[in-house]
Amino acid sequence: MKNPRFTRAGAAAFLMDNAVPLLFVLISAVAIPFSGFSAVYLIQELLVRLARNSFLVLALLVPIMAGMGLNFGMTLGAMAGEIGLLFVINHHITGVHGVALAMLLSVPLSALVGWLTGIVLNKAKGREMVTSFILAFFANGIYQLMVLYGMGSIIPVGNPALVLSRGYGIRNAVNLVEIRQALDNLILVRLGPFSIPLVTVLVITGMCLFILLFRRTKLGQDMRAVGGDMAIAEAAGIDVERTRTLSIVISTVLAGIGMIVYLQNVGTLNTYNSHEQVGMFSIAALLVGGASVSRAGIANVFLGVCLFHLMFIISPTAGKNLIGSAMLGEYFRVFISYGVISVALVLYALRRQRGRAGASPGETAGGGES
Amino acid sequence: MDRIREFIAETGWPRIIIALFLLSLFLATPAARVRLDSSISDTLIRFGMNGVLVLAMVPMIQSGCGLNFGLPLGIVAGLLGGVITIEIGLSGFVAFLAAIAFATPFAVVFGWGYGRLLNRVKGSEMMIATYVGFSSVAFMCMMWLLLPFKSPNMIWGYGGTGLRTTISVEGYYLWVLNDFLALRIGEDLRVPVGMFLFFALMCLLVWSFFRTKTGTALTAVGSNPEYARASGIDVDRMRTISVILSTWLGAVGILVYQQSFGFIQLYMGPFYMAFPAVAAILIGGASVHKADIPNVLVGTFLFQGILTMTPSVMNSLIQTDMSEVIRIVVSNGMILYALTRKTRRAS
Repeated sequence: MKNPRFTRAGAAAFLMDNAVPLLFVLISAVAIPFSGFSAVYLIQELLVRLARNSFLVLALLVPIMAGMGLNFGMTLGAMAGEIGLLFVINHHITGVHGVALAMLLSVPLSALVGWLTGIVLNKAKGREMVTSFILAFFANGIYQLMVLYGMGSIIPVGNPALVLSRGYGIRNAVNLVEIRQALDNLILVRLGPFSIPLVTVLVITGMCLFILLFRRTKLGQDMRAVGGDMAIAEAAGIDVERTRTLSIVISTVLAGIGMIVYLQNVGTLNTYNSHEQVGMFSIAALLVGGASVSRAGIANVFLGVCLFHLMFIISPTAGKNLIGSAMLGEYFRVFISYGVISVALVLYALRRQRGRAGASPGETAGGGES
Repeated sequence: MDRIREFIAETGWPRIIIALFLLSLFLATPAARVRLDSSISDTLIRFGMNGVLVLAMVPMIQSGCGLNFGLPLGIVAGLLGGVITIEIGLSGFVAFLAAIAFATPFAVVFGWGYGRLLNRVKGSEMMIATYVGFSSVAFMCMMWLLLPFKSPNMIWGYGGTGLRTTISVEGYYLWVLNDFLALRIGEDLRVPVGMFLFFALMCLLVWSFFRTKTGTALTAVGSNPEYARASGIDVDRMRTISVILSTWLGAVGILVYQQSFGFIQLYMGPFYMAFPAVAAILIGGASVHKADIPNVLVGTFLFQGILTMTPSVMNSLIQTDMSEVIRIVVSNGMILYALTRKTRRAS
């Protein structure tokens, strides 16, 4: 299913293709004056959030390339990242060493859960998204079992600051003061009124380069073939299941590292919620950036993070100044996040159905349901 | 041996494990010093409370729309019915019926739109249904703040605007079904006969619907859309009807739930309510493509039984409340199992 868009971009087609980002630009343009924030403040906030979130959103790109849609299972990688951090905090490994070690530790763990996710998703071809979505919930149960009941009882945890007063289980909120912004503050460049966390920016740039280069590798090409048409890829001698599993493994590992980049910036770990939010916000951000379920690029990541988080920053105050209720602005933001994902999913399904109906009308109904 | 193997193959391992787990929980009650009669009583009440919400899965599964993760949409319609009833100030059984009556037009309109949407996205229904549910709940969060309700029992105190997050139905339709013909056996064992009767009525309604001409056509669409189309059935219309019916049952289901629970939960309250219902019907033996009334009954009993028994029994046996984790693992594990099973369909 090649995407014929962008071959000749008329104005109408451009509007249709970029409806979501344009809508966000419009909402922001209206809301920014009402929020009363200065440009300097907004840009600084956006810089912070770009450094904080971009890596996580980048983690979503590889499975999209392999035709597996939005990887809701990135939550599993985020959990692995959190477990890496907990280990580092437990052993009082501070600063940038702590961050690096946490990343290193998260890799085998996320590779393992990513591999398991791949196996599960291979059993649910055609409905990968809903399956990975439920898998994230399921994994959250296992994670709780391990962190809330296992840690401190079966898995030794020496640091009393981590453990609940009952003697086992990790606290709800863990202060990451020992590694707080260790990566960001390693080299902090001041540029006029703005400060830029150079190392984090470099890490993210490296990640972008990796993705660009990865597309040209044999594996990257295989993934695109699998994403295009599984049957043709299979006929061409590509091990489809292995390729799909690898795309999920890569995504999960990146999500684990991304989670650590995210958390070292935030400075507190909400042991039982951080990962859930991260999955949903990353996916929403990517879609806001104009990506679709089947096509996403690096530009979508950065545009999306900017637009989505711009609304994050302004909506409570804008809501308060506009209607007199900060809660309303907050709910508006929540609605928009879910609404954007809904719209993107619907557009993708419409296009898929149209493509399928055009290709072979008889196949429409007989195939897998999701 | 063969018959046992056949039974296992037919019932499926997860279901057997869950049933055995529940049985062992009941057997462990004396050791855990938990009263068996009050446990059974609680299980029965929760069974009645959640039954109709689980029943709301059946029409959509049967018509091939998959698991109804968009249940919150129906719940929202039910919530609207509930708050309108309280705003008017009705009470007693009339209030409950009125709430259903007020919820019905919303459910039909929402269900119609939702059904039309799902018709255009065949093949991706479940993921989109999930997000339709989420979006509708988030949208209603704004509406609960903005809608011009006036009843002092519902809005935030003194000069506040917008509805509260939880609204008591006491004095309106609290326990109208639970107390109707309620049976007391001994000290702690109560059977909410009225609620069961209502649940039975709903089941009967759905059961007889599937025996009408429309109902049979609907099942045909679900089991083989091509064949259904060839025999002159309007596939999209049948699917829309099933979605409307599911949405309406969701609305009624939440009202039954409220009259027993005692509160209307607004805002993010209905957000995750689809998942327990989906898990329950799957535990009851339904698949993504096939569900019937026995699946609803068995599944609701097993799932709600586990939810009721784990906190009390596990808590006193191992001094740890792991019920939340067990709930998450069991319900989502069951959904995963159903999603990853090879679907056997007549082609």
